[in-house]
Amino acid sequence: MPLSPTAAVKEVQDVSLLAAKAFGSIFRRPHYVRDILIQMELIGVGSLAVVMLTGFFTGAVLTLQTSKTLSTFGAVGYTGALVAVSLVRELGPVLASLMVAGRVGSGIASELGSMLVTEQINAMRALGTDPIKKLVVPRLLATISMLPVITIVADAMGILGGLFTSVFVLNITPNLYLNRAWDSLRYMDLFGGLLKPLVFGATLAIVSCHCGLRTYGGTQGVGRSTTQAVVASSILIIVSDLFLTRIILAYTR
Amino acid sequence: MIEPILEVKDVVKFYEDKAVLNGVSFRVFKGATKIIIGASGSGKSTILKLIMGLDRPDEGTILVDGEDITKLDEQQLAHVRKKIGMVFQESALFDSLTVRENVGFRLYEEGVDEEEIDRKVREVLGFVGLEDAIDKWPSELSGGMKRRVALARALITEPQIMLYDEPTAGLDPITSRKINELIIALRDIKSVTGVFVTHRMRDAFTLATEYATNGDHEIKFRTEDNFLCIANTRFLLLRDGKIIFEGPDEVLRKSEDEYIKRFLA
Repeated sequence: MPLSPTAAVKEVQDVSLLAAKAFGSIFRRPHYVRDILIQMELIGVGSLAVVMLTGFFTGAVLTLQTSKTLSTFGAVGYTGALVAVSLVRELGPVLASLMVAGRVGSGIASELGSMLVTEQINAMRALGTDPIKKLVVPRLLATISMLPVITIVADAMGILGGLFTSVFVLNITPNLYLNRAWDSLRYMDLFGGLLKPLVFGATLAIVSCHCGLRTYGGTQGVGRSTTQAVVASSILIIVSDLFLTRIILAYTR
Repeated sequence: MIEPILEVKDVVKFYEDKAVLNGVSFRVFKGATKIIIGASGSGKSTILKLIMGLDRPDEGTILVDGEDITKLDEQQLAHVRKKIGMVFQESALFDSLTVRENVGFRLYEEGVDEEEIDRKVREVLGFVGLEDAIDKWPSELSGGMKRRVALARALITEPQIMLYDEPTAGLDPITSRKINELIIALRDIKSVTGVFVTHRMRDAFTLATEYATNGDHEIKFRTEDNFLCIANTRFLLLRDGKIIFEGPDEVLRKSEDEYIKRFLA
């Protein structure tokens, strides 16, 4: 169903309010350390396999594609450099975040949505516990802290995938590939590549929690919220990537 | 003059331009029980949510122990909610927590010692007759057991007021009877004030006509007779968000109002 302009503005307002409440609650007691650690395991460790596979094969494909273009300039040896920079600056953070959005965003929205429609959220409030502190803050902190780690894994696996293709398909020596990759990377590339997942993590956690917490319409509503969480966080990750890249490039020239 | 422990004054609540509650006022005194009856959608459950502060009225005030809760924010409501326990319509147990963790939820949140939590959880589960289910998951419980666990969870901090949102809905007569007996025992043995929402007249009249006494080793339940009449349990009938009857069961049964007669039939 298309959103009316008023509903869209209200949606943005609700997401902003939830974000403000969640960030404001981070430093207020009680601190649910156990819940944060559980979420870190679910989000971080749970996403490793899918992110490793995605990173590896993206790196491998990227190497094949770029080597074809580079070969026209006689610069196949620079494949490692191009792959590493592309992965660390852009593909690693975005792909890892999109994978986590699909896996974790849907999980968060469906879990909170189910709790809402079965009145567990109301029961929690009735028992004197703030659902934002108990449910939203641990998911937010876990996503923000684990996404950069997952991104590093995706970057490493991508470079490894590229190395695999370079050595076995393009016949580039491992030393050449790795040296070019290492030499091409700057500290600001790493900074930008790790800043992005922080922002993407916060975005996908808040959007997914919001979608879950405004679920209506029973189990069908839970399904709808889950889809909306994945679609909205994926779009927001891609859109915010453009603005973040512009800002990072402006400050790192 | 005795002040009511719960007072609802001229409460109006709209949902999408429809007045679910339209000028509802009533008072409940300490140890008394108010049975709110009415057809589906008449605003019964909404009243409970407003009393618990889970929703806010558009107009009117709600006083809990003399304090207007309609002006309080979520943090300020926390201390009011300690005085109130609520049993939700579908139990609303946390399905990722065991019975022990569900019942002791409030105590875990308050950082109470583990041994003390275990003692209190066993005590309150013993009251609802489910001590053996302490390590079970909600998915392993029957509907009636879930309601009793929900009751135990609400009772763990010994609240002054209990709100029951159709606690017997969808249960068989024997299990319903068990739940009703627990509610009667809470009213008569522990003097807990109650607001009981239902559309099952049989359960409502059980609460209005039976009382509990402490026997030698168990609680005994008796029906009121010519010598003893239960005066602390009154009915409140809602129709389209308005109160159309308030009084004892004897007057309700004799009402000549056509709608009430049809409702009781």
